[in-house]
Amino acid sequence: MVFLSYLISGICLGSVYAIIALGYTMVYGIAKMLNFAHGDVIMVGGYISFCGFAYMGLNGWVALLLAMAVCTILGILIEGLAYKPLRQATSLAVLITAIGVSYLLQNSALLIWGATPKNYTPLIPLVGPDGAPNALRLFDGQLSISYMSIVTMAACVIIMALLTWFTSSTKLGKAMRACSENKAAAQLMGINVNRTISMTFAIGSALAAIAGVLLCSFNPTLMPTTGSMPGIRAFTAAVFGGIGSIPGAFLGGLLIGIIEAMAKAYISTQLANSVVFSVLIIVLLFRPAGLLGKYVPEKV
Amino acid sequence: MSKIQREPTKLVPIPSVNRIPERDIDKSPILECQHLGIDFGGLSAVKEFNIAIGRTEIAGLIGPNGAGKTTVFNLLTKVYQPTRGTILLDGVDTHSMDTAAVNRAGIARTFQNIRLFNNLTVEDNVKLGLHNSIKYGMWQGILRLPGYWKEEKIAHERAMELLSIFDMEPLAGHEAGSLPYGAQRKLEIVRALASNPSLLLLDEPAAGMNPSETAELMENIVKIRDTFGIAILLIEHDMNLVMGICEGIAVLNFGQIIAKGTPEEIQANPAVIEAYLGKRKEEAK
Amino acid sequence: MKSIKLKQHTKVDFATYAGVIVAFIIVTLMRSNGLLGRSTIGLLVPICCYVTMAVSLNLTVGILGELSLGHAGFMGIGAFTGVIVSQAMLINGTESVSLRLLAAMFIGAIFAAVFGFLIGIPVLRLRGDYLAIVTLAFGEIIKELITCLLVGVDKKGLHIIFNYNGLKTVSDLHLAEGGQVIIKGAQGATGTNTIASFTAGVILILVALVIVLNLIHSRTGRAIMAIRDNRIAAESVGIPITKYKMIAFVTSAALAGAAGALYGLNYSNLVASKFDFNTSILCLVFVVLGGLGNMWGSIIAAVVLYVLPEELRALGDYRMLIYAVVLIIVMLTTNSPQFKSLAGRLSIRQSKKGVTER
Repeated sequence: MVFLSYLISGICLGSVYAIIALGYTMVYGIAKMLNFAHGDVIMVGGYISFCGFAYMGLNGWVALLLAMAVCTILGILIEGLAYKPLRQATSLAVLITAIGVSYLLQNSALLIWGATPKNYTPLIPLVGPDGAPNALRLFDGQLSISYMSIVTMAACVIIMALLTWFTSSTKLGKAMRACSENKAAAQLMGINVNRTISMTFAIGSALAAIAGVLLCSFNPTLMPTTGSMPGIRAFTAAVFGGIGSIPGAFLGGLLIGIIEAMAKAYISTQLANSVVFSVLIIVLLFRPAGLLGKYVPEKV
Repeated sequence: MSKIQREPTKLVPIPSVNRIPERDIDKSPILECQHLGIDFGGLSAVKEFNIAIGRTEIAGLIGPNGAGKTTVFNLLTKVYQPTRGTILLDGVDTHSMDTAAVNRAGIARTFQNIRLFNNLTVEDNVKLGLHNSIKYGMWQGILRLPGYWKEEKIAHERAMELLSIFDMEPLAGHEAGSLPYGAQRKLEIVRALASNPSLLLLDEPAAGMNPSETAELMENIVKIRDTFGIAILLIEHDMNLVMGICEGIAVLNFGQIIAKGTPEEIQANPAVIEAYLGKRKEEAK
Repeated sequence: MKSIKLKQHTKVDFATYAGVIVAFIIVTLMRSNGLLGRSTIGLLVPICCYVTMAVSLNLTVGILGELSLGHAGFMGIGAFTGVIVSQAMLINGTESVSLRLLAAMFIGAIFAAVFGFLIGIPVLRLRGDYLAIVTLAFGEIIKELITCLLVGVDKKGLHIIFNYNGLKTVSDLHLAEGGQVIIKGAQGATGTNTIASFTAGVILILVALVIVLNLIHSRTGRAIMAIRDNRIAAESVGIPITKYKMIAFVTSAALAGAAGALYGLNYSNLVASKFDFNTSILCLVFVVLGGLGNMWGSIIAAVVLYVLPEELRALGDYRMLIYAVVLIIVMLTTNSPQFKSLAGRLSIRQSKKGVTER
């Protein structure tokens, strides 16, 4: 039963990683860039929703929508101002710019909201009004799953399903896949590549906002650096699953979450990151393009 | 002098050995492929590829686009591992070798889409071809010991000598990536020669060249063979070049050799004509 | 032709050495005349360390062409190895500062090289972004492993505990009378005798430069750059890819280790979290802004970008914001096609065109 509860908290954490990783992977797939600023968009999402309910008195869910809207615009802006001019540049130049954007977001947040951590109120209170834990009890109360966890897991599955449907069945989704395969050819087929890339960033950033709210609901200290480590973990998750692949990001996110929870529970809290990263390294040794990634040999 | 002095040795009998030039006939072939084949996801890209190339032969590999010619080169140089068959380079099975080892064993190549070290100078590109004949280690280089100066001097002279084949010495200091197309193709050949091969593979050496450049290239290929005494296998679409300098030709279609022989024989071969031009019947329709 | 070409890159190399030496002389003169503030003097050793880091990372990123996001890990290994070596020598009666510094940097470099080799085995099999993420992973792992170390020294030798579950304390080291704890887990190295000096830093930079620049212009360096430019072509001329990738990676790690050792001996307290992802990124920024494969560019970028945020301290919270904006603007202006076409009139692109048209 203890194992099960660790497993569930792992899946829950993994769901958040998966949502972030989905954003990473979509952006990577289309723009072929490691968007290190993605983690900081999560942080911005957290702050905006925090402002929404703490200062503007909005309902948590409305605040979530507000955060999504703001992050979407932020994503489009970042792409348009910082990444678009570098479309032809080396990937390293884009990477450094992304790091610049990451610093920019973190330090803007520092100036606006200060360095003191904000105490974030979870989207669904972990404790009900009667003082009892707001959770689903199973096996005579031996296993309790908070409603927040259930919402998180559900959100992850729904987002994953929606994205799969979106990329396979809608016009824009197909355009995204076309652009990620071959931008020049997509352009020749009349696809507006710039708009498609910009839409991808918009979707990725909206996902980051959701992830921000979920993340802060579990880990209620909100700081300007809140997004960095989950960002890196989610990036790991995306690579783990095969970067560029949507089911891969989902699987990678879940696995990284579970491994992290298990490592903390059974191996060592101090070495949790090391365990996660070691698993990543071992997987990449046997599958150099991640679990679900396609290994494309260089054409001679 | 009697013909065919080649010991029938352990070699698996080959259905039809490529015709080896008279002068090479009493020597064992430099390259022998037996039942060579590779599958890509269930599809046989090359199958039953049997060929033998004489020590100083200029041989041609021709065929329609997508016939698998470059795949054969990739198999010979171990860019791809063959699924079936053996490659004997001077009688030695290259089975366990990787691309670099195959080069050291004696096969050098050029690429269809030029692959130079674009950010390095022309001279450095050639010196990289000489890499395995330059004898000094990392620390001799870092500490600039006498071995470094001596070997670099020899390498420089050798590089210049090789560049002179195509009169490219004046370009030695230029970045390879900045050269015009034709010069890049020539540089690739020089670089390949620098690695001291006994078999040189040229993948469409005349691509993108005009007739006069092609004519010059033909002369140079023959000159290279004569000076270095090596065998050359080339893939080419330019029939003037192929028929002009190749002594033996193999025609590949859908991954299989459909004809082998001298240029005259190939030109008269109905299967080849069909592969290139299509069937009469279809034409009539 | 050769003599002209040789002169060209030799000239650049010697100008780089000369630049470092001249800078050293100027700074030393200014310092002895009291023209440098305390805070600036405090920056001198770290600057030397980061310059060396930039030069060594440039070997991996600029010359070998592989993106490494965990270079600070090697620096960390060097730093803690260096601290242990220096402290252990001190306890055992070696007073000489230069001897301890030399030993610390040398052994730090060797340890980093060994780790570089071990890490290189899996890492160098991967390509592109996958390689980058694995270096990032190793960087983080190294950081965490150091955080778990308890190290002490006494007359009998080193006492090391790998405290993976956080249950052990320094008393478990069972140090004899007169022993000293060198690394206390998450608290890092404490009570280090700070022996790092600017002179040592400049010597380190010069040694790193000689190694890297001479390596580049030798047979080995050519092979490494060939792999960067075209792996398949490099293989086709008989260059063993793995060997040369490894040489570049290990050399780079060793230099980072030496830089780390000097860095570690500059502070009496040092925590492993100093050598995290952000430090790796910082070095990467130096390399990219200085120009890939351009060593003097790395040096200047490291100095400017390290000093800039420190000198902007007056601006308080705005300084990192300004730093970020400057970084983005520099990247945009140097890399966007609009700007390039403008700058191209004057520089290399034009000369390239000239050759092509001939």
